[in-house]
Amino acid sequence: MAISSLSEAIAAPPRKQVIRRLKERFIESLLFLCAFSCVAVTIAIMVILGTESIGLFKTVSVWEFFTGTEWAPLFEPAKYGILPLVCGTLTTSAIALFVAIPIGTTIALFLSEFASQKVRVWVKPILEILAGVPTVVYGYFALLFVTPLLQLLFPDLPGFNMLAAGLVMGIMIVPQISSMSEDAMRSVPDELREGSYAAGATKLQTAWNVVFPAAFSGVSSSYILGISRAVGETMIVSIAAGLQAKISFNPMDSAATMTAYIVQVSLGDLPHASIGYQTIFAVGFLLVSMTLIFNTIGHWLKRHYREQY
Amino acid sequence: MINIDSTVSQAPPKVEVSNLNFYYGDKQAIKNVNLVLPKNKITALIGPSGCGKTTLLRCFNRMHDLYDGNRYEGEIVLDGQVNILSRRIDPIEVRMRVGMVFQRPNPFPKSIFENVAYGLRVRGEKNKSFIADKVEEALKASALWDEVNDRLKDMAFTLSGGQQQRLCIARALATDPELILFDEPTSALDPIATRNIEDLMDGLKKQVTILIVTHSMQQAARLSDYTAFMYLGEMLECDRTEVIFKQAAQLRTRDYVSGQFG
Amino acid sequence: MATSLSPSSTPLSPIQLSVLQRKRSSNLFAVAGIFSIAIALMTLIALVLQLFIQGFPKLNWQFLTSFADPEASLAGVLAALVGSCLVMLVTAATAVPVGIGAGLYLEEYIARNKFSALIEINVTNLAGVPSIVYGLLALGLFKYYFNLGESILTAGLTLALLVLPVVIVATREAIRAIPSSLREAAYAMGASKSQMVFDHLLPYAFGNILTGVIIGLSRAIGETAPLVTIGALTFIAFLPDSPIQSGFPFISFEWLKAPFTVLPIQMFNWVSRPEPEFQVNAAAAGIVLLSLTLMMNSIAIYLRYRIQKNLKW
Repeated sequence: MAISSLSEAIAAPPRKQVIRRLKERFIESLLFLCAFSCVAVTIAIMVILGTESIGLFKTVSVWEFFTGTEWAPLFEPAKYGILPLVCGTLTTSAIALFVAIPIGTTIALFLSEFASQKVRVWVKPILEILAGVPTVVYGYFALLFVTPLLQLLFPDLPGFNMLAAGLVMGIMIVPQISSMSEDAMRSVPDELREGSYAAGATKLQTAWNVVFPAAFSGVSSSYILGISRAVGETMIVSIAAGLQAKISFNPMDSAATMTAYIVQVSLGDLPHASIGYQTIFAVGFLLVSMTLIFNTIGHWLKRHYREQY
Repeated sequence: MINIDSTVSQAPPKVEVSNLNFYYGDKQAIKNVNLVLPKNKITALIGPSGCGKTTLLRCFNRMHDLYDGNRYEGEIVLDGQVNILSRRIDPIEVRMRVGMVFQRPNPFPKSIFENVAYGLRVRGEKNKSFIADKVEEALKASALWDEVNDRLKDMAFTLSGGQQQRLCIARALATDPELILFDEPTSALDPIATRNIEDLMDGLKKQVTILIVTHSMQQAARLSDYTAFMYLGEMLECDRTEVIFKQAAQLRTRDYVSGQFG
Repeated sequence: MATSLSPSSTPLSPIQLSVLQRKRSSNLFAVAGIFSIAIALMTLIALVLQLFIQGFPKLNWQFLTSFADPEASLAGVLAALVGSCLVMLVTAATAVPVGIGAGLYLEEYIARNKFSALIEINVTNLAGVPSIVYGLLALGLFKYYFNLGESILTAGLTLALLVLPVVIVATREAIRAIPSSLREAAYAMGASKSQMVFDHLLPYAFGNILTGVIIGLSRAIGETAPLVTIGALTFIAFLPDSPIQSGFPFISFEWLKAPFTVLPIQMFNWVSRPEPEFQVNAAAAGIVLLSLTLMMNSIAIYLRYRIQKNLKW
């Protein structure tokens, strides 16, 4: 094809050249539309979440929404304080990160500094499979395996609790943190490692004192993106953490998260533009803003703190 | 460790290499090398690129142990007592006694002070005033103290290339090594910085024994007391530097030092 | 100090002691690393065992070929299985061309300016948007604004939004891995830009893009939350119209408008019920779902392994 186009180009009458140029333009515009669709989706998210939730703030003041300590929009008298949902989200996310950050970082350091190529080849697919398990299956696992197991330890643990949901969510996030951190650690140049080994350091001393600080921006960005993932996770918490909105930081409690509330409402059949319908968009708006902030910090860390080696 | 024997023309040996072979997997990179490094002298390793100079240098602190599939045969004996290639010797023990300065400056992403203190910290040294003294001593010995004493907390990468390399030398000096390995330490530096480093090394030999790999014949001639010429993984000749440069025994050595090939 | 290296001396020298202690903590950390991996592995094993112990007895031909039923023992996943496949078809048909096109544009066409930075930030942010937010978008946009209803089309488009960033990133990485000498070679032969892109870059990057697409689809097939928000049904006792008809014009798109359910939704519904018999059904559905995703993941991992082995630029 390349050859035929060459002979065409040499002998091409002007009309053919014009057609060819038009064809190139057309393809480029088509591809541009594809790329622009991303921007369109972002705009659509903002517009839809904004317009569909704006009605709520005609009934409820923004102040009440953000500072109220009771959330019961579907009851009489209705209460619209989002803090209980935020509280549930923060508690489950904190438990998840308490699991995911130490385990994920340890695995990353182990794979990048200690493990042989053979071990890596076996461990990485296992982590990928762990990352690929559907969240609804994780939810099932949290409710029907982890909670009964924890009840052996804590007999008073309710059937729906934030602890089991958070722990399983943590395991779900481990592969994300470990693979991003490992990438950051492996991009630390060997010269730095050799400098440390030549000074008589052990593997652990090299990993902890040289590689970890050098890769820190990449590692911390993986933590932030992990937080964002935990905040947005839906199925595990809706299945295993319970659906009551209440302010509680006790992991042994059951409590609804922001995402669980959206699911709970969606399962019912709410008419378009009712108050209940508007609330899920308002909650969604807050959710997307929170994850957007975390993602922006995460990517900023990754890009602007490019390591100084 | 201070041992001045300038009166003795033939210095006592610090390190003796005998029948050393080294393999990257199946490929033999060092072939039956024998070499003596006299105490408190500078020995230069020269030879065309790919001849195994750096590979040989990295045997002296067991750097090759970091990667799989590498294998040593033969002996490198320190002070006539221990074979540092012995399987029973931990490479970390070796590296605690043998320092190294790399081809390109590789300061850690830490402060200037922490870079120099790293070796001591790695050894578990907790005494703060001792560490501070050692850092100052090492920075003075590497002629960097006057330039950095007011900004020890700054990150090491704020230094210029030549300063970074002197920092790496200070880092190696802080732990009182008995032998320091230099792997083409000036190849990434400009002529002035090169000159500074060379002056520095000349002063250092009062304290330590030095082995340097260099691709520059002028540098070997200026700097070293002894010169070893390597070719295709073999040690062709090793003698006092003026002998190698003026009346080398082998034709190939004479050709190389006079710039006929390489 | 010199004697410290001698291996046979019984009392350990300070150097040896220091090395011994430090190596001990180093080895301890290696054990912690293995332990962490073991935790991940044990979780995976426990999860699979739990599914199989609870769900395996239920997993039979009857389960795969029955519709949902209020009687747990009679219920099956036929509608959900067919629904998942059809929804994936829509997702792949929309997300793959658009994603590849966007990836190509971002790698090969875009001029580096403010606008390109904007799109760049957009793609990375879209990848981090929680899936349930896409569900809200679909609820407001597809269901109520475009009036597409609770249909297979709506579901497929919703999941396409989710897969899109994955396809874009995979395409870009695959294209970036192609050395620029190949581009220059194509241009030197007189190829136009589009010819260079479609005759050379796209075919060379195909394997890697395919890997990314499969991984993206394997995520999508397990997604529940966004489909819950658009109001997927859980009780469907019929199949949508077949896309291939016996009479003229042989191809029908009626199925796109059909109401649907998918495997993860079906499983979620069963998990949420208090009766233990339905949890058995959930486990069985979980096995089917997990097998599908694992199969897709293994294909992707194998593909990537093959590509890495064969392709050396």
